[in-house]
Amino acid sequence: MRDVAIIGIGHTKFGRASKASLELFSESVLQAIDDAGVELKDIEALFQGAALAGFEEGQVMSAAFSAADLNLGPIPATRYEGACASASIAIRDAAMWVGSGEYDMVIAGGMEKALTMGTLFATRTFAMACHAPTEGPVGLTFPAVFAMAAMRYAKNYDIPLEKLREKMAHVSIKNHKHGALNPLAQFYKKLGALKLEEVIDSKMVADPLSLLDCCPFSDGASALVLCAAEEARKYTDEPVYILGTGQGSGGPLSKMEDLTKPVSRISSAKAAFKQAGLTPKDIDLVEVHDCFTIAELIALECMGFFDWGEAADAVEEGQTELGGKIPVNMSGGLIGKGHPIGATGASQIYWIIKQMRGEAAKGNQIDPVPEYGMTDTLGGDFGTLCHIILGRSKRKK
Amino acid sequence: MAGMAQEEIEKELSRVYTVLTYEDYEAGLKEGRLFGLKCASCGKITCHPMHVCQWCSSRSLERTKLCGEGELTTFTVIRVPPEGFEADVPYIPCIVETKEGPCVMGRLDYDAERATPELIGMQVKLSGAYTYEGDKYSGGAHTCPVFKVVG
Repeated sequence: MRDVAIIGIGHTKFGRASKASLELFSESVLQAIDDAGVELKDIEALFQGAALAGFEEGQVMSAAFSAADLNLGPIPATRYEGACASASIAIRDAAMWVGSGEYDMVIAGGMEKALTMGTLFATRTFAMACHAPTEGPVGLTFPAVFAMAAMRYAKNYDIPLEKLREKMAHVSIKNHKHGALNPLAQFYKKLGALKLEEVIDSKMVADPLSLLDCCPFSDGASALVLCAAEEARKYTDEPVYILGTGQGSGGPLSKMEDLTKPVSRISSAKAAFKQAGLTPKDIDLVEVHDCFTIAELIALECMGFFDWGEAADAVEEGQTELGGKIPVNMSGGLIGKGHPIGATGASQIYWIIKQMRGEAAKGNQIDPVPEYGMTDTLGGDFGTLCHIILGRSKRKK
Repeated sequence: MAGMAQEEIEKELSRVYTVLTYEDYEAGLKEGRLFGLKCASCGKITCHPMHVCQWCSSRSLERTKLCGEGELTTFTVIRVPPEGFEADVPYIPCIVETKEGPCVMGRLDYDAERATPELIGMQVKLSGAYTYEGDKYSGGAHTCPVFKVVG
């Protein structure tokens, strides 16, 4: 396989959008094309994450219409659906196709208009990523999935639930602090100085998770230009290389051995590290899938940044902040930046690359710029996991 | 000569791949019975039904009945429902580790305002079934087990 680089990035404002998702996606593609300094005619294939477009706007086969909206011609254009990990699996496959030599330059990214649906219907459609025959009739929701994981986390490590709620609240406080500094975030200039009590006292959604433990519903799109690594420097002085990727699958919650140690996430992260030839110690920052505060803790432990049961204390101690052991979600994460589910994986990569270029917002930027970054994206109740490791220099042979 | 006799094709089509369907599993729940699958290879029980043993992937499965007793491993109280479940709020989804081994997802019949983490580890027993009549996306009605705490 050839090495693959990312040479252009695009990202719409996350939040509530009046434009259609196809318009949002095209905007993010044009930003990425401009950023890369390439032409639309150079694009040979399109890989698009879009999870719930059929329910949001009555639109399926969205990838073909995106290719048409940009006059890309009859190139292959494919929609990927892996719930909230849709964009990440689209990008991973795009990297495979470029790596294989089939294409030299492609677009990969994703889009979503979830906020448009309103809380009641959005909660219904998100729950479609639960196991419909057995979890459907229970009336399971996504907050409920992670609430049950939080209950287990408290039990496994013998943490009183009220104490765990405080520890989890620090994830929300941190991510909102970064989101408030990020002009593209849904909560830009909002909720940037949350107090512990505000998180704890916010409306209960699914015990023990309250509203400020949860990411919002969001509209938005993000896109990347991928090309063969050997060509990357023709277009940019600052290519970012895809060093390793991993993907894992899970099933219904009742078939999992331990909700706090999803095998899908552990195996996906391991595969990415193995391919990159790196370990957690090498990584300078991560964007992880903090759909809920507890999810960030579980992610960090599964990826190997902290031992089992230690992430809760680490966040409280500031080890996941600037200057800490591993800065986490400096973009604001899903909680502060927003979570247009089909776009999230591309957005996570966008913000890792912004950090590598030294272009993150002041207050969020790591200095000196990071050498290695990693994304973690989760779809469903641990059903689809994807990890992507990025570096400023090519993989060591 | 290329081609197959219709009888041969029909014979292939009649092979059974699904030993216990969701339909039969749910029908059992409605009658107060928790059906599963016993594996001829490893002897373990699969529940809810799958096409292979959930422990060893063997296809040698036969239908069995579980006792309906087990231990509560986790739960939550849902206060913000999906569309279609507004009338149920607050309600308690739970996971139960059955005496026979596999965990099943269901609902807990318990006062939501008194549901505290101390419930985890308690013994529960199948006490009924909950049927969601479905919306236009659910492909009809589906039924899940309901458990109650026995100590």
